[in-house]
Amino acid sequence: MAYIPNTDSDRGEMLAALGLNSLDELFSQIPKDLQLKGELNIPSRLDQMSLARHMGALARKNISAEDHPCFLGAGIYHHYVPPTVGAIIGRSEFYTAYTPYQPEMSQGMLQTIYEFQTLIAELTGMDVANASMYDGATALAEAAIMAKDLTSRSVVLILGTVSKHYTDVLQTYAEHSGVEVVTVSGDGGVVSSSSVEAAITPNTAAVIVQQPNFYGNLEDIEEIFSAAHAAGALAIASVDPVSLGLLTPPGHYGADIVVGEGQGLGCPMGFGGPMLGLFACRTEFMRRLPGRIVGETKDGDGKRAYVMTLRTREQDIRRERATINIFTNEALYALAATVYLATMGRQGLAGVAELSLQKAHYAAEQITAIPGFELMYPGAPFFKEFAVRTAASPEKINEALLDNGIIGGLPISTPDGDQGLLFCVTEQRTRQDIDRLVELLWAL
Amino acid sequence: MSELPELLFSKTHEWVRIDDDIATVGITAHAQEELGDVALILFPEVGRVLQADEKFGEIESIKAVSDLFSPIAGEVIAVNEELEASPELVNDDPHGAGWLVQIRAFIPMDTSELLSAEEYDELVREH
Amino acid sequence: MFESNEPLLFEIGASGRRAVELPTIDVPVKPLESLIPKKHVRGSLPLPELSEPEVIRHYTRLSQRNFSIDSGFYPLGSCTMKYNPKINEDVARLSGFGRIHPLQPAKTVQGALEVMFTMQNILTEVAGMDETSLQPAAGAHGELLGLMLIQAYQKSIGQGHRDTILVPEAAHGTNPASAARCGFKTKSIRSDARGRVDIEHLKSLLGDHVAGFMLTNPNTVGLFEDNVAEICELIHAAGGQVYCDGANMNALVGRARPGDMGFDVMHFNLHKTFSSPHGGGGPGSGPVSVKSHLAPFLPAPMAIKTEAGYELQFDRPGAVGKIHGYYGSFMCILRSYVFIMYYGSEGLKTISENAVLNANYIRVKLQDEYDVAFDELCMHECIFTLKRQAKEYGIKAIDVAKRLMDFGIHPPTMYFPLIVPEALMVEPTETESIQTLNRFVQVMKQIADEAKNNPDLVRSAPTATPVRKLDEATAARQPCLCWTAPSDAVTAA
Repeated sequence: MAYIPNTDSDRGEMLAALGLNSLDELFSQIPKDLQLKGELNIPSRLDQMSLARHMGALARKNISAEDHPCFLGAGIYHHYVPPTVGAIIGRSEFYTAYTPYQPEMSQGMLQTIYEFQTLIAELTGMDVANASMYDGATALAEAAIMAKDLTSRSVVLILGTVSKHYTDVLQTYAEHSGVEVVTVSGDGGVVSSSSVEAAITPNTAAVIVQQPNFYGNLEDIEEIFSAAHAAGALAIASVDPVSLGLLTPPGHYGADIVVGEGQGLGCPMGFGGPMLGLFACRTEFMRRLPGRIVGETKDGDGKRAYVMTLRTREQDIRRERATINIFTNEALYALAATVYLATMGRQGLAGVAELSLQKAHYAAEQITAIPGFELMYPGAPFFKEFAVRTAASPEKINEALLDNGIIGGLPISTPDGDQGLLFCVTEQRTRQDIDRLVELLWAL
Repeated sequence: MSELPELLFSKTHEWVRIDDDIATVGITAHAQEELGDVALILFPEVGRVLQADEKFGEIESIKAVSDLFSPIAGEVIAVNEELEASPELVNDDPHGAGWLVQIRAFIPMDTSELLSAEEYDELVREH
Repeated sequence: MFESNEPLLFEIGASGRRAVELPTIDVPVKPLESLIPKKHVRGSLPLPELSEPEVIRHYTRLSQRNFSIDSGFYPLGSCTMKYNPKINEDVARLSGFGRIHPLQPAKTVQGALEVMFTMQNILTEVAGMDETSLQPAAGAHGELLGLMLIQAYQKSIGQGHRDTILVPEAAHGTNPASAARCGFKTKSIRSDARGRVDIEHLKSLLGDHVAGFMLTNPNTVGLFEDNVAEICELIHAAGGQVYCDGANMNALVGRARPGDMGFDVMHFNLHKTFSSPHGGGGPGSGPVSVKSHLAPFLPAPMAIKTEAGYELQFDRPGAVGKIHGYYGSFMCILRSYVFIMYYGSEGLKTISENAVLNANYIRVKLQDEYDVAFDELCMHECIFTLKRQAKEYGIKAIDVAKRLMDFGIHPPTMYFPLIVPEALMVEPTETESIQTLNRFVQVMKQIADEAKNNPDLVRSAPTATPVRKLDEATAARQPCLCWTAPSDAVTAA
């Protein structure tokens, strides 16, 4: 075996040192009737060359965003990943390390996490951020539970325009944590602050907004947060971090907690996982922040250094009283996001956001000029995604697009019974991609 | 602890100094040693009424968390606000400047469950 | 190489520098105000500005201040720091895997679905159970799901009043934390003198309020719970379900299966047993395998195979809710698939054999200088107690750990589990050679000698690392979690 250095001769020497005659004797603790008699019923082994061929063949059975322009979004985005990201996360000093328990020999990872925390805090306009959560959905769920603990109120009010990928997970966590989730719907593709205000009660722990929302539209965060605070509830926003290259960060509207999905920051779409959960909050909640946190300190010689801190919130110390059970998080993807942000920088991220915005609006204009295609929410400002009501079946439209080498938008149906497609246009879509899409839609 | 004969001790490693009906409570030198560098204390609200042995707060070091239990029944009248900025006082001077809370005890005061200095030393030795 | 300090990202670069040049916009540009109301547009964007060489140099230098499996021996007990094969990384880089969107139509992602379906089956077989969900994103996440399944099952048979999970006192902290997150109370079971679960104590705590028992096997002191079959029977007879924390599966792969021992549900840590890289703290993947009575509660979607091909099955009435936005850590699952296919049915057993052999070799080679906590064959990890050295020389487990760093070796796990005082838990894994093990033994013997004859040297360690021992107390008392520009420095209190 290529990954097991010791040979039979080495093993013989080691068994002799143990006074044993066979490898089987090492397992004498295991009752004989619990030991497997034969082999597991799993595939037979492949040598490395055959394995590479097998995996190549499997990969070719997938159509990727590299093969066909992709207009899918809904929380996972095909953004440009600069080559610096792969160069750094491909360094095995990072990816074959584990959690930096021994800070003296893990300053590399610790410092990058500190930089990540700072970048996320700055991007979201908040005071502190943690080292990552599993994904945007679980980050949102944990934010809701944190709000319940902080306010001692048990209801969270969530806008109906938050993605179902998030609310499904929120619902699961809420059921097990004594949190009740109440949805407030809107129309026109956003939820009015007056609807939110009307739905808030003295038992509302938090109001949760997604910005941009699932349909790509911008919510009136400022008013909604004011309503929340007026009632003593916390204001929670779930963001698309790339949009923060252009949009006002929720921290500037007084958000108490900001969560989000960091995949768009230099991480692969990867068929939905792993992802990168973002979690930031205000200073006053710092000691209730879930997950790992890295802080700055000094060593014995007075040198600046970084260390995991506030560890008493975590599961290994608090056990059943921990603020959360998370242990392994998404460190390498946080590193990817850090390198992405360092590479894109101020101008790059603003550029990506602007390109996505302009291209999406161009696409929307062109598509809705076609009969049978209209904007579902014509009044609502949007960022890089927009919902189009289609006269024809969305699935049929996508099939035709696929036959012609384009991955179309996400088929959606709204609570009002509308059917259509949610299109996403990022900086990766060229004008040719968009014009070709439009041309094909005309031809239907 | 025999050098501090005026203190009484709980089995959960708190000490208490009683002046009339005011009880000052902290954690013992042994407790702070086990805990390590104290980072944060979670105090009860002033005015809170406590039973004997009721948990009134938490004390955190960098590597552990301990519950704090009230040695006597009474009302919390003060918490040591200095510890917010200087939690290390609990380590440096656990029986003096590192005090945690003051309680106005309910009369009659029941100290029958508490240990003398010698009894507490015995408890620590057995540990 | 280890110069005084690597500056922070925010301390390098300069205004106007760029590492990326985006293409000029190729669509008609509309005025921003006509698209987005002014209030939604941010004022400043406080991100750094660096050129590409600066970015690369900064993170390359940081990587050189980071220890890893590829750099050296990393015997972190219970974390299974085994070598990560590079073919896994090559496969992960294929755009056919990395650049597919989870919401694409099934017919465009048949390769990915085949990987998921096959892995569901493989893990089910390794577990000795009936079905597997790939959704949890880490071990603790898997624990949460497993407990949710137990809760749903108990409710479905009219036993929803059972509100307590029993957990060994030596269990990993995630066990009680996950139980609490699931809404359960927990009760702790003592360990006996042999380091196993105290069956008598367990029996005394059984009752009709107990929903289940979580057990790691081999347990957290590296020993096989030889009474496991009896334990499972006891729990079942009392109406409970038994959960296996599969963190230590490296001792059992190909040799024994939790399902055969009587467990109802278990989780795997793909980033431990199945070589998905640890990543400096993730991503991980924690698939959960179950016996058939729990299978209906597994969350949607599951990968299935039909005549038409592979699909995701979303329609699962009775399933517990989703715990991940999409389908789990696909890219980790992918790497583990490659790993398992390399070993195959023929080779999987060699992993546990070599892992257990390596751990025992270290145990006997060091048992004169260091007290082994339990005097018997260990499994894939062995645990030493430095109680004697602490008493005689004032040298604790943490001191030995820090001194190991000076020799370019990552310390073993310290102070876990809590039932062993001054614990050092060594897990070499199967991917280390006898030469590496011999060197480790030699270094540990030297440190044992230093502890006796030159304790100050040990206590002042580490000296050969980029930084010396850190002031963790101040970091916790006055947390500084975020860099702030010097002009508006604010200390977070």
